[in-house]
Amino acid sequence: MNSQPPEYQLSDEGSAASSLVLSGDWIQGQDPANFSQLKSELSSVSPTSLTADGSSLGAWDSELMDFLLQCHDYCRAQEIAFATRNMPQGIEKLLAVATAVEARPQPGQDSPSRPLSFNPLHALHDAIGDLQESLAFTGEVTIALARLARGKANTRLSDFKKFCYQAGPDAFAIISLTSVLVGMILGYLGAVQLQQLGAGIYVANLVVIGMLREMGVLMTAVVMAGRTGAAYAAQLGTMQTNDEIDAITTMGISPVEFLVLPRMLALIVIMPLLTIYANLLGIIGGGIVAGGLGISPLQYMLQGETALAFNHVLVGLLKSLVFATLIAVAGCRAGMNSGRSSSAVGQAATNAVVTALVYLIVADAAINILFQQLGL
Amino acid sequence: MTDASIPQVQIEIRDVTMAYGANVIQRDLNFTINRGDIFVIMGGSGCGKSTLLKHMLGLIPPSSGDVLYDGKSFFQASAAEQGAMRQRWGITYQSGGLFSAMTLEQNIALPLELYTQYTPVEIADIVAYKLALVGLAGYQTYYPSAISGGMQKRAALARAIALDPDILFFDEPSAGLDPISSRLLDELIVQIKESMGATVVMVTHELPSIFAIATNSVYLDNISRTMIAYGNPTELRDHSPQPVVRQFLTRAAAAAIEDKP
Repeated sequence: MNSQPPEYQLSDEGSAASSLVLSGDWIQGQDPANFSQLKSELSSVSPTSLTADGSSLGAWDSELMDFLLQCHDYCRAQEIAFATRNMPQGIEKLLAVATAVEARPQPGQDSPSRPLSFNPLHALHDAIGDLQESLAFTGEVTIALARLARGKANTRLSDFKKFCYQAGPDAFAIISLTSVLVGMILGYLGAVQLQQLGAGIYVANLVVIGMLREMGVLMTAVVMAGRTGAAYAAQLGTMQTNDEIDAITTMGISPVEFLVLPRMLALIVIMPLLTIYANLLGIIGGGIVAGGLGISPLQYMLQGETALAFNHVLVGLLKSLVFATLIAVAGCRAGMNSGRSSSAVGQAATNAVVTALVYLIVADAAINILFQQLGL
Repeated sequence: MTDASIPQVQIEIRDVTMAYGANVIQRDLNFTINRGDIFVIMGGSGCGKSTLLKHMLGLIPPSSGDVLYDGKSFFQASAAEQGAMRQRWGITYQSGGLFSAMTLEQNIALPLELYTQYTPVEIADIVAYKLALVGLAGYQTYYPSAISGGMQKRAALARAIALDPDILFFDEPSAGLDPISSRLLDELIVQIKESMGATVVMVTHELPSIFAIATNSVYLDNISRTMIAYGNPTELRDHSPQPVVRQFLTRAAAAAIEDKP
């Protein structure tokens, strides 16, 4: 097939009228004619009317329509009378359809899309909005808790049990793996330094205190934020898309009491238990490393016992309660405030994990500073 | 429609303006719904029908105006009063709104467990009865995801009528159903309404449903952004002064009208 490149010829027809003669094949695969070039030609001629002539036109498809529509829009904007002649019937009809409804003014009022660039002001604005949302949500949760304490809340025990199971026994495998490994990492870290001083036996102290006060609870919280916090956000977000939260509200039930409280309380009950379990396994992990250094299990246990103090255990458990609340608030808030589309649910899950991790680190630092000052 | 029988009015929409941000969807909506009506909110896609329903259900407060039930403002009522009003409603949502984590039986039993003193055995019996009413007898243990779209809509209807409500709200009940299922659902709505004496408020643009069951209606126009017709849909079709409304109701070729997205 031998096709001609698309071309146009702008010519003056006298008394400020111009004609635009189109020729060649205006189809995909040909070099498209450049409208901006025609635009500059038109603005130098500035005619009062423009007639597009299709008498010598070859094959055509959307490429031509696009060009003609741009001509039409430009002429309308410049108040030039635009007409066509000798065009194939299809073009006339398509042009009539395409120009029937006036284009919506470009700056869309209802959905201002944000450019894909980083703007610190926007980021700050978002962060403040997030914080406000979190505070409002915390308030709602507090009210719901007060109603629960008075026995008036619509929170179901069966839901609570189900979420306890999901947060607890279901998480055993991954918690086991991470805590043994974290215990071993702590052990190696200490062993390398302590053996230089001939104090290898103190690995036990390091692992016991490290796990109880810090790593056991923090690693459990990180795993639970990714596992359970994100799941809460996704569950609630999907319920939002599916009108289920509306259905609960219009049934006269508070969604916070019915959906958020059981999830949150389950996590608050389960997290300390998981933390104790993680601490134990972490200490065993440290023991494995100590064994590799020639410290017998009995030595490790006896030495570890000297480091074991009740306030270390207490600090870890207190942290686990705080962390559980933060993870549940971050996850449930992201889910309850999720938009109503599948991408919004994904965003809610991401948001839940990111917020939870930030909360965790900040809270951990704050608690450590507080206890340092209190001398605990 | 200024009727002499004012006590019959059950729901009143007063000066409601709906907007998302600065984008006004509908303004100055004023109409009443009488006790026992099958009332249809109609209009083209995107005119704000579902949003109006959300305002009526108290899910989102309107930008201005009020919704009154039996002369009492919903949005100024206390949380406890709102809860009491809501117990008298039955609602099905566009996507059904069944709780996906619960079986059909648990779905329908939930309002009964919350608001009645029935024993678990009695509740199971009532659930079986409500499921039988919508033609889903024996589906108690199914999850919503395991049944078809039409069955989900019927199951949602069974949950909506669990507490024998005064007012039933339906958001596009027959959207996405085949003509036969859609007609069966219409008949079901009429039967349930007549036997329970409830008021029905329906958002739909399914013409066969509108003519088959509606007794009163309002038309929301998305060009002038307000209501332009109120009355019995059959009368509106034949005598409305608004060509748009006649065209909508006769499904005429929209020669003079541009359907804006």
